[in-house]
Amino acid sequence: MATKGPHNEDPNDKALNKGRREFLKHSSLLTALAVAPPHLVKAAESALDEKAAVYFEQVPLSLEVNGVHHKLSVEPRVTLLDLLREQLALPGTKKGCDHGQCGACTVHVNGRRVLSCMSLAVMQEGKKVTTIEGLANGDQLHPMQEAFIKHDGFQCGYCTPGQIMSGIACIREGHANSDEEVREYMSGNICRCGAYPNIVKAIADVKKGGHKL
Amino acid sequence: MINFEYLRVSTPKAAIEALSRDNTSQWIAGGTNLIDLMKKGVMAPQKLIDISNLPLKEIKKEGNKVHIGAMALNSDVAENELIQREQPLLSLALAAGASQQLRNMATVGGNMMQRTRCPYFYNTDLPCNKRQPGSGCGALKGFNRMHAIFGASDKCIAVHPSDMCIALAALDAMVLVNGPKGDRRIPFTDFHRLPGDTPQKDNTLERGELIIGIEIPDNPYRKNVHYLKVRDRSSYAFALVSVAAAMDLEGGTIKDARLAMGGVAHKPWRLSEVETWLKGKSVSDAVFREAAQLAMRGAKAYGQNNFKLKLAPNAIVEALKAATQKT
Ligand SMILES: Cc1cc2nc3c(=O)[nH]c(=O)nc-3n(C[C@H](O)[C@H](O)[C@H](O)COP(=O)(O)OP(=O)(O)OC[C@H]3O[C@@H](n4cnc5c(N)ncnc54)[C@H](O)[C@@H]3O)c2cc1C
Ligand code: FES
Ligand code: FES
Repeated sequence: MATKGPHNEDPNDKALNKGRREFLKHSSLLTALAVAPPHLVKAAESALDEKAAVYFEQVPLSLEVNGVHHKLSVEPRVTLLDLLREQLALPGTKKGCDHGQCGACTVHVNGRRVLSCMSLAVMQEGKKVTTIEGLANGDQLHPMQEAFIKHDGFQCGYCTPGQIMSGIACIREGHANSDEEVREYMSGNICRCGAYPNIVKAIADVKKGGHKL
Repeated sequence: MINFEYLRVSTPKAAIEALSRDNTSQWIAGGTNLIDLMKKGVMAPQKLIDISNLPLKEIKKEGNKVHIGAMALNSDVAENELIQREQPLLSLALAAGASQQLRNMATVGGNMMQRTRCPYFYNTDLPCNKRQPGSGCGALKGFNRMHAIFGASDKCIAVHPSDMCIALAALDAMVLVNGPKGDRRIPFTDFHRLPGDTPQKDNTLERGELIIGIEIPDNPYRKNVHYLKVRDRSSYAFALVSVAAAMDLEGGTIKDARLAMGGVAHKPWRLSEVETWLKGKSVSDAVFREAAQLAMRGAKAYGQNNFKLKLAPNAIVEALKAATQKT
């Protein structure tokens, strides 16, 4: 097992990347063995050259997004947010802060709202992801989308996909029983334009409508 | 974020073995703290071992204790019926932390292990003894509005940012740990540590030791409990000062009490002396004010956080009052 080279460097050393190619050639096989299907492991054993190493930087990932099954290979460092936007051509989910502080990147994973900027794509193996693109049924908007339009729940619209995904979850969780409760449980979604009053109205309206969400 | 290897494990044993094989590796659970720190370059593990699938999610009653698995999500614990009924203080503290999206990701173990939010720790261009031992404490004479007023040292005045941990410290929880050298039980108040000369160590866990769960012994604190969190906005912000208060009342008399503070020290700040003092006293504003004064003994501020010397005792009084008023 190769635990030399960059392994011993200061973790804060920004030069870490330099040793990476070399390092990958030696040790990325370990990761691959852990997660790769058997035929890949075999390929790695027979050809541990630069090409194989690059190949093994990618981890196989299978997940469902908006009802569509995907078999992908991703770098471990790719967040779910970047996977959606850059590899799956689903830019509806927004990147606001990229540090868990704004909620613009909110999606549902197995039915629960999470921050896609703080989730590694490789950790979503076998899971079901729903994004803003997955809400409408053909031309028929989701009741929460309708309500945001009806109540003017946005100005610039940047936070809106996150607000809508969060709002749906807020009702499903049973946290929309009063305006006060909605405000508390929607606090993870920041709106720079300050559309909060109308966002609360939209959520209250959908809740009142008793739709199955 | 620099790249890293990724490994998935399904048993605590495999998690411990995988970590001990490679000293540049790190466990990842919810990822809400580690990913953030990796994006900032504050931490740079070369291998992440995914422990999010470990079968440690249970929340259950075991004899006269509540057991909570280390992988239980913060939202699941906060909203669990058993926790809300028997340990409502914990539920309140959890619900006061972060946002619902983050609580849906964050685990109990990860919450305990989260690093400080001190801006000097987060910025790799600035000095910080916790991140880079020997580089100095930038906060000591710098931006220290969020910082400690108890138990700090001239090496580090950072605070532990958790809300959940304040309730667990108050409730005499026990931390269950598995490690390469065997299993251990650590009283919650001994889990986190004060900075002293080694602020790089947040807690007493040794490398390779995995938190597998926590236990909370039965207690009478089912009704008169309150978690007061004072912050810059009313939700989704870290505490300037927080107070976990629990009281066992008989008529107007305090049979027993539990009290701990957050946002004031490098560890959850349990106020055992004040608890003892409160025992047998009658509920009154004057008693609560005296308790708060007692709690402030030894407090020391560093400039921008001078306001905490006034805020903290006021918060204690408010929390105790709110707890007595619960019906
Ligand atoms: C914007 C924002 C706001 C927040 N606000 C609050 C707040 O108000 N109050 C609050 O309390 N918290 C707050 N948090 C912090 C949040 O609670 C923590 O990030 C979370 O609890 C960490 O849990 P995790 O499972 O995601 O940990 P991870 O990020 O996965 O792990 C953190 C560390 O713990 C280690 N670890 C994880 N599990 C174990 C285990 N079982 N045994 C040993 N080591 C382990 C990991 O190796 C890692 O080093 C906030 C976070 C963000 C991003
Ligand atoms: S982009 Fe994820 S929380 Fe801001
Ligand atoms: S509508 Fe502009 S940020 Fe919310």
